[in-house]
Amino acid sequence: MSAVPTLLARGLDVSVAGRALCTGLELDVRPGELLAIVGRNGIGKSTLLTTLAGLRRPAAGTLTLEGREITDWPARELAKRRALLAQSQEDHFASTVLDTALVGRHPHIGRWADESDADVDIALAALAAVSLRGFELREVRTLSGGERQRVAIAALLAQQAPLCLLDEPVTHLDLDYQIETLELFARLARDEGRAVVAVLHDLNQVLRFADRALLLTGGGEWVCGPVDAVLQAEVLSRAFCHPLKELRDDGRRYFVPA
Amino acid sequence: MSSHPPATILPSPTALRALRRPAWVLPALLLALAAAFALALAVGSVAVSAAELWQIATGGDAGMAGDIVRSLRLPRALAAAACGGLLALAGALMQVLLRNPLADPYVLGISGGAAVGALLAMLVGAAGLLLELSAFAGALAAMALVFGLAHGEGSRTPTRLLLTGVIVSAGCGAAVSFILAVASEQSLRGMLFWLMGDASTASRPGVAVAALLGGLVACAPLARDLNLLARGDGTAQLLGVPVVRLRLVVYLLASALTAIAVTTVGSVGFVGLVVPHLIRLAFGNDQRLLLPASALAGATLLLLADTAARTVIAPAQLPVGVLTALLGVPVFLFLLNRHR
Repeated sequence: MSAVPTLLARGLDVSVAGRALCTGLELDVRPGELLAIVGRNGIGKSTLLTTLAGLRRPAAGTLTLEGREITDWPARELAKRRALLAQSQEDHFASTVLDTALVGRHPHIGRWADESDADVDIALAALAAVSLRGFELREVRTLSGGERQRVAIAALLAQQAPLCLLDEPVTHLDLDYQIETLELFARLARDEGRAVVAVLHDLNQVLRFADRALLLTGGGEWVCGPVDAVLQAEVLSRAFCHPLKELRDDGRRYFVPA
Repeated sequence: MSSHPPATILPSPTALRALRRPAWVLPALLLALAAAFALALAVGSVAVSAAELWQIATGGDAGMAGDIVRSLRLPRALAAAACGGLLALAGALMQVLLRNPLADPYVLGISGGAAVGALLAMLVGAAGLLLELSAFAGALAAMALVFGLAHGEGSRTPTRLLLTGVIVSAGCGAAVSFILAVASEQSLRGMLFWLMGDASTASRPGVAVAALLGGLVACAPLARDLNLLARGDGTAQLLGVPVVRLRLVVYLLASALTAIAVTTVGSVGFVGLVVPHLIRLAFGNDQRLLLPASALAGATLLLLADTAARTVIAPAQLPVGVLTALLGVPVFLFLLNRHR
């Protein structure tokens, strides 16, 4: 693991309409790690993620990306360095799968330039990585929700950003694609040294794929640390307002609702 | 991810690249525009042969035919073509701005404002340049009103802009009805022609031609940013597009282009709505192709419509807006029902 954090938050306060979602957050996301954000619905996971992406100003505190204040990055340079997978995709106009995946190349192409052959190849490789090769000329609005989500993941991959922020990346996917998608991002972190932050709902996926976890517990409070330290039955039961039971099998831990 | 069954067709990267933005579209549309232009110059009460047209184009003296083409048909054809291009380009921009494939250049009240200005000028007996200036001032006033009202908390979101435009249009409609009610019998005909769109009085095509060329040049470096804006403000912002500034620029540009077209030929309907829509259906939504292709196709369409307007019931003339509506309504209803 590299010593220089990709994303560094110090004393970060995030609030919506006066309601504190997260107070005094201290967070460093390093290259090569996958950090999971967990918490109840409406607790502020998505708002925190958009704040970390630099799309929303924090109420207080500092946020730096690769050692530079995130608001100081020119928009295009920022877009080369951090990618965000939104929770849902909107399609107002018809577009092909390939054109939608190529959207991720936008910050890499000069104002007067066109997509190069290399850009198309990168987009095709990204589509192959989400098993959508052969879908290039399909219209995105004719795809199923899960396929549409995989197109969005392909666009994010084509962006080739060192920091990937994912808002519920596997929610609409079939079980096999859920595992493959998380394996893909775990591999990008491990092999390419990307920093991945993902909002995840399935605690067992967090246990299996994440290195560290940030648990939002409400009222601005949070716990952050190695997955095994943060994900404990007692604190999770309180955070999710339902008793959870820990099971063990083959050396792995699992949580089930009690 | 090899565990899944492979897809049946695997187009090669080379084939995919060729399919994305066909290179023949713009040259073909340019050729169509040139043909429509030749037709517009040749037909009318005095038929001009191809040989005579060639003589006129190369600077030769073709007698009366030369005078007719140079002083009557050419300015009118230029105005019709330029305004068709302006309306289609403005319509395409509005559709991206409002993220609505059914938006047209008049949706934000610009034609309503221009109509009030033009009819007020006619009411007091003004004509020519004064009328055009008054129409332009009306368009700018409507634009400023919509912009001022929609500019508030949460910036100019598509819905807010659209609703404000609809309301301002409705207000202008009421003002137009009022002016028509109090106008004298002899000025009514001119007013109705203006309202339906009419190229016969267009005397200064240079402004519209320059505006069209300027608009196309201004759009060229923005086209890829506009592709992202069409996908949503969030997506665009995330990928480094200065969304707030771009929306402002596109709004002002589309409004100015519309104002100039409306001032020149009146509020010709359907060109700005149908042309970008058809181009999008045929060639996709890449603004780098869609914007220039819409401009060329819009120019061709209005030029043909205007040629028909002055020939079908010659020596009498139809307002060209009647023809574009007669053409546009069935095409549009067909398009709407196609996807049901």
